[in-house]
Amino acid sequence: MSCSLARPGFGLDVDLALPLRGVAGLFGPSGAGKTTLLRLVAGLERPDAGRLVVAGETWDDPAAGVRLPPELRGVGYVFQEPRLFGHLDVRANLRYGASRRRGRRPEADFDGIVQLLGLEDLLERSPARLSGGEAQRVAIGRALLSAPRLLLMDEPLASLDAARKDEILPFLDRLHADVATPAIYVSHSIEEVCRLCDQLVVLDDGRVVADGDLQEVLLGLDSPELGAEAGAVVVGEVARYDADYELTHVTFGGGELRVPGRHGEPGRSIRLRIRASDVSLGLDLPAQTTILNVLPARIEAIDGASGPSRLVRLAVGDARLLARITRRSIEELGLAVGQAVHAQVKAVAVREP
Amino acid sequence: MNLGPLWLSVQLAAITTLILLAIATPVAWWIARTDSGARPVVQALVALPIVLPPTVMGFYLLILLGPAGALGQWWVSLTGNALTFTFTGLVIASLVYSLPFAVQPLVTAFEGVDRRDLEAARTLGATRRDAFFSIALPQSARGYFGAAVLSFAHTLGEFGVVLMVGGNIPGETRVISIAIYDEVESLDYAAAHGLSIVLLVLAFTMLLSMFLLNRRWRTH
Repeated sequence: MSCSLARPGFGLDVDLALPLRGVAGLFGPSGAGKTTLLRLVAGLERPDAGRLVVAGETWDDPAAGVRLPPELRGVGYVFQEPRLFGHLDVRANLRYGASRRRGRRPEADFDGIVQLLGLEDLLERSPARLSGGEAQRVAIGRALLSAPRLLLMDEPLASLDAARKDEILPFLDRLHADVATPAIYVSHSIEEVCRLCDQLVVLDDGRVVADGDLQEVLLGLDSPELGAEAGAVVVGEVARYDADYELTHVTFGGGELRVPGRHGEPGRSIRLRIRASDVSLGLDLPAQTTILNVLPARIEAIDGASGPSRLVRLAVGDARLLARITRRSIEELGLAVGQAVHAQVKAVAVREP
Repeated sequence: MNLGPLWLSVQLAAITTLILLAIATPVAWWIARTDSGARPVVQALVALPIVLPPTVMGFYLLILLGPAGALGQWWVSLTGNALTFTFTGLVIASLVYSLPFAVQPLVTAFEGVDRRDLEAARTLGATRRDAFFSIALPQSARGYFGAAVLSFAHTLGEFGVVLMVGGNIPGETRVISIAIYDEVESLDYAAAHGLSIVLLVLAFTMLLSMFLLNRRWRTH
């Protein structure tokens, strides 16, 4: 896609190519244009100029007078708020899109999706009698059951409190693992993006700042938008569970990490997020430390930002990590690109795929 | 008591209400959704019958529907009959003077339909038209009920316009309000009482059932 759009006080100018597989995260601060971009893809906004091509099909091309109306695009849209139809019960809401599929898209598996989202007991209810989390799950199910070619999710967790978020996130994990539909997931939470996405587009002030593979974009040292949230995502495999200390051992390209708690059976793939602020560096292997995970690493790059701290990119085996180190420490230890160090990882966030 | 005029009134009100709901739907939808500068003009035009004296409206309708008028002439060339002093003419006149009573409740109902629901429907594969019929219309059921009751009741009770356009032809234009006036003129108060009480009870029952249903809708 290559689209631009101007609104009073806001402009969007985007040139982007996304693969039609997996989940692409659209990340950026409020007002960056994430929702507008998503609405543009859905056909709810018209671009002033540019072209939007999906799987070889032109959806928008104002110069050529091409505009595919939203109902013909075959997208499933999950809005920030559920937007369930109040005059229909949950079952009829779920069926609404299913009975309006166009073309040769095959019907989605009603029972399967109802089960995936845990909606079995809600089918006869009126939307007014659902909790926020339940309603959002129904909204996700409704979008999936329209058998979309592309799923668009606009901060589906934004309107929910922390407890409701935790209720829905496992369903989104399963969605990511079980449903083959490609998706664009808008969020201003890097945690959600790291958990759910394979691709990452960073948007700021209506422009694409970075885009590409999630792990690579996260390792870029020039994305100030990530700020304090900077960190790396590594994919590993559960090696074993140490029941005595309640630690899960995870092997990844850079060695082994021990993670508190039990996370799946041995052999399972697992995604770990390691924030830059949770990684410190030492020249020698610390003799005594409370930190469980110490990994041999090599400094690959140091960002040139001003301010008290720097982001350091580390090669750990064939994996990459980020560390946030004060400028003072860098000078005192004489850290430089190419140097061998020991990375101490204080905390790890886990997502089981 | 001769109930012929009552039956004629009910027929007139029923036909008028049905046609009005069909006409008022696109008008009300447009008023509720448009950003056009013409909106207040259209709103004022639609509301005119509420404030105009029935005689003024009846006068203009008489001219318009008469054999020399634009509509009347066309009708004569089409059917060979005049519109004035006929049941058809009464229906057309009723459509005009009851229009605001159908449009206003629908505008209120349509304004209550969430645009965001319609957007959601579009992304789920509904065309504009489909989204209107499957989302906006059922969500406006209350507005339709209100519009129907008010149009029916108002048509049933109109006198001035009917007298000017329809006159007093039994079985054709002699509706209940005209019949009552006639009985009073001829000092037959008993007959006037009979018809009046029927109309009074009818009107009260209709409004009462509307407000009762409104209350039930609100509590559900």
